[in-house]
Amino acid sequence: MKKILILFAHPRYEQSRTNRALIEGIRNMEGVTIHDLYENYPEFNIDILTEKDLLTQHDVMIWHHPFYWYSCPPLMKQWIDIVLEFGWAYGPDGNALVGKTALNVMTAGGSRAVYCAEGRNHYTIREFLRPFEQTARLCGMEYLPPYAVMGTHGLTRDDLNAHVDQYQELIRSLQGADMEVPEGDACQFLNDLPILQNTKTE
Amino acid sequence: MSGDFLFQAVIYLLAAVVCVPIAKRFGLSSVLGYLLAGIIIGPYLLGFIGEEGEDILHFAEFGVVMMLFLIGLEIEPKAFWKMRKTIVGMGGSQVALTVLLCFGVLILLGYNWQSSVSIAMALALSSTAIVLQTLKEKNLMDTVYGASSFSILLFQDIIVIPMLAIVPLLGTAQETAAGGHDAGHVSLLDNLPIGLQTVLVLLSVVFVVLAGRYLPVLRVVARTRLRELFSACALLIVIAIAYLMELVGLSPALGAFLGGVVLATSEFKHELESNLEPFKGLLLGLFFIAVGASINFAMIIDSPVRITLLVIGVIALKAVVLFIVASIFKIKIDQKLLIAVGLAQVGEFAFVLLSFTNQLGIISSDQLDLFLVITAISMTLAPLLSIFNERLILPRIGTKESEEKPMDTIEKKHKVILVGFGHFGSTTGRFLRANGVEPTILDHDSSRVDLLRKLGFEVYYGDATREDLLESAGASEADILISAIDDPDAVLEMVQVLQHKFPNLKLMVRAKSRVDAYQLLNAGVTHIYRESLDTSVRVAEEALHFLGHRKYTIHRQAQNFKKYDEESLRRLADKVLNSEEYIFKVREEIAQQEALLKEDLKRGSIEEEDTSWDSASMRARISGDSGKVKE
Repeated sequence: MKKILILFAHPRYEQSRTNRALIEGIRNMEGVTIHDLYENYPEFNIDILTEKDLLTQHDVMIWHHPFYWYSCPPLMKQWIDIVLEFGWAYGPDGNALVGKTALNVMTAGGSRAVYCAEGRNHYTIREFLRPFEQTARLCGMEYLPPYAVMGTHGLTRDDLNAHVDQYQELIRSLQGADMEVPEGDACQFLNDLPILQNTKTE
Repeated sequence: MSGDFLFQAVIYLLAAVVCVPIAKRFGLSSVLGYLLAGIIIGPYLLGFIGEEGEDILHFAEFGVVMMLFLIGLEIEPKAFWKMRKTIVGMGGSQVALTVLLCFGVLILLGYNWQSSVSIAMALALSSTAIVLQTLKEKNLMDTVYGASSFSILLFQDIIVIPMLAIVPLLGTAQETAAGGHDAGHVSLLDNLPIGLQTVLVLLSVVFVVLAGRYLPVLRVVARTRLRELFSACALLIVIAIAYLMELVGLSPALGAFLGGVVLATSEFKHELESNLEPFKGLLLGLFFIAVGASINFAMIIDSPVRITLLVIGVIALKAVVLFIVASIFKIKIDQKLLIAVGLAQVGEFAFVLLSFTNQLGIISSDQLDLFLVITAISMTLAPLLSIFNERLILPRIGTKESEEKPMDTIEKKHKVILVGFGHFGSTTGRFLRANGVEPTILDHDSSRVDLLRKLGFEVYYGDATREDLLESAGASEADILISAIDDPDAVLEMVQVLQHKFPNLKLMVRAKSRVDAYQLLNAGVTHIYRESLDTSVRVAEEALHFLGHRKYTIHRQAQNFKKYDEESLRRLADKVLNSEEYIFKVREEIAQQEALLKEDLKRGSIEEEDTSWDSASMRARISGDSGKVKE
């Protein structure tokens, strides 16, 4: 079973509805480490050695965050800057993360419809997430499409519960050896994977 | 002092010491333990005490006066005012309805109206001692059940005073008996005209209120810092009030209650509580023992069926009335059941009221014995009934826990005790308050307490190394205790008491110096805050900035430095424990500094280790390397 590290960043966790439900839904799953960045580093003084250890011990790294101004909250960017060190994660001899998997799990207020060339936000989520994708690639990691909960403001309790179930199912799939993700545009979001669709209809 | 007295004291204390822990062991309240002790040493079992039990009963009644004073202390005039509707509404309807129903039943059973009234009044009262004790033990004071029970009990505690006043009026028929009793309580005012009497009575009440508010007796005594003098002063207050009230012909219990309410807003509240609590406890204990000893077992054996029926009847009737009252006040079904079962017993005031009625000749000794037996049995059954209710009935009905936690998970009710309100503690307290957490503050400097209270803070006076004071400040229910005390020895002393008596309380302790921190670490405290660490590092941080360093770089270094220093503190604490110089603080301090400087030297400059955003070293690496290059 693959070990999963959730790097979670939310500056107002206590006020968040969606992220709290998602995190609580997977809190007690076996083989999952939830690493709450804002709770551990309120002063942004990230402990590099601890973080490197954590990364070494896990196979899948999930950047779990709300989508703020088309990106992650600042502490997560700080984490990327500081932890993914030159000469360790990339650059000469920088191969500590080679072969691991990375992906974003994110929540956004806008619906999927506004994130496209014709929509208000002009670009797709995948396009906004390019920096993460390339960061993972530079570190020799496999980058998977994001799992995104969109339109969080209008989510009903049932919608949210369905997402919680989906997130759990996604984690279980990631833990298994053979998770198949179609290449390229065939799969824009992990939400669209057939295995996750099963849970949603329940 | 006769050997006889010592023998009696040994019997009473021994019985209490043996029986109360046994009762506690079985999860029963201490009241039951005392009652049991009384039964065992009473005339029907071991026969150690006989007729003199009556005198002791009288003496121990003063425990009830003290209890009312302490109850008064618990109720701030403001809180009292807020609760007035539930107190008068729920309490009033409960007492009125119960008295009415009991009166009817008693008349039907063939009692005359005088005894019916007095017995009905006695039966309407529930046991403050049992119920409040249970509520506190189970931490239920803040629930609807707790608050309603408290309101009803409070109303009963107040109404008992007019009841005691009414009873002698019923006794006018038996002029001789009543007169005989009154002879013991000759009021100074008897020979004065009635108008003057009223004025004097009112004046004495006003005197109690004003004295409580404006006489600086407690403050003066507190300044002497003599503990026993404060205890003496606390006793003096209660006894003096009781005496004054008796002198003018009012109920001592009423006076004590009034005195308590007046002093509830005083900074000496907790100190008074902790000083009087043992006296009250012992006197009430003695009272319960005497009650236990006075239970007439011959009577139970004579008519077991009648007594069983009466006990069941009384409890059922009270429970039904409570259930109805709770329904009127729209309380949820499970809480309603808790109230109905919890308050269905006949309380300790019944002993007082019934004995008093008997002295007045309103009810016969047989009737007295009968209802004392019923009272005692219903009290014995109360905890058992509650257990039955909670384990068997409640799980089947009522509300389950709420479906979803509300968004705001930060509970307002977290209790924090803040010890020491000097320059350190006051800042801590202000920030807590700013975030909606009102800590209970303890401070040992009475002038400061006085000043802060004028500024609107809730500060209490007391020496926090005392277990009983910590207890009355709520140490057993609090989540966190923050020690902001200046004196390192006092801190250590307090920590030892806290760890021993309140092991579940989270301790957060301010340490004056590194050596103090070692001592605390070795005493087992994990959350230690050295008062100088942050400030001294910040000074160095600023100095480096003035010398031309970039602020953010230095700030990160400062964060690392503090972390490193905390780690070394914990690493070195062990060594200090084994060092012979432990006691010589100054020498130890110097030795420590030497060790620290040496460690720093070995570690090298911290800035060299900083590789984050370090493009200089990256450039150096890349120009000499032909590996992958980041665009």
